[in-house]
Amino acid sequence: MTSRSRMVRAQRMTIVNAMLAFVTLIVILQLWLLTATMNAYLGGDTSTVVPAALASLVCLGLNAGLLRYLFGLD
Amino acid sequence: MIPRQAGGDDRRDFEHATVPPDGRPLADQPKWRRDFPIDWAQDDYVSRRELVKFVVLTSAALTAGQFWIVLKNAFSRRPAPPAGAPIATVNELPVGEAKTFTYPAGSTPRLLVRTGTSTFVAYDQQCTHLQCPVVPAVAQRRLHCPCHDGWFDLDTGRPVAGPPQRALPRVLVEVRDGMVYATGVEDAAS
Repeated sequence: MTSRSRMVRAQRMTIVNAMLAFVTLIVILQLWLLTATMNAYLGGDTSTVVPAALASLVCLGLNAGLLRYLFGLD
Repeated sequence: MIPRQAGGDDRRDFEHATVPPDGRPLADQPKWRRDFPIDWAQDDYVSRRELVKFVVLTSAALTAGQFWIVLKNAFSRRPAPPAGAPIATVNELPVGEAKTFTYPAGSTPRLLVRTGTSTFVAYDQQCTHLQCPVVPAVAQRRLHCPCHDGWFDLDTGRPVAGPPQRALPRVLVEVRDGMVYATGVEDAAS
């Protein structure tokens, strides 16, 4: 193996670590969103249900896009 | 088998120390072999990548949970409004007095307050803070929760002082032929 490919591997490792940080942050946001929505829904407030679901879907789209990019590196 | 570096250098490539049996590079190997590497560096990368995949799967599960709430909300049956029920006669309640009742049957205790000669208001008796029973303070046009000194407006049920943040659910009342009827329950508004 050449040093060039080793550098690429190191870069890929950095990228995968950054992805992991981003994806984890987004999942924590989604978890908060789910608990807040459930709390509001069980309290009788149904106005937040659909916007929260759409926001969660956007988060999933972001995560899926990041994962797709990650698999594109291989 | 440990490959040698080009030019006869004896340094080992610790990232690709292991050579597959067919000798082809890792990129040309079947997927199962690429997903279960032997060398540490490659294994670190694959395991981190798999962790990202798992976290994205968790993200999908959380989104599914959100849509489960949406579906539950869309298909849940709203209870039919309860029919009107007599709760008191006009004469049994002097101005400024109150009585408890349940409406609909089996509900939490409600409080009927006569605020004038022909005006009545009714609310859920449980404080929206920690469910202590509220008591009327008609002279101050308020309802008082003695547990944590919470105060509600007598005419609207909205919180005006103390820890409660939400209004008391209101029971709609109607006076007909000397009788006070409960005709419905309004959702609590903040």
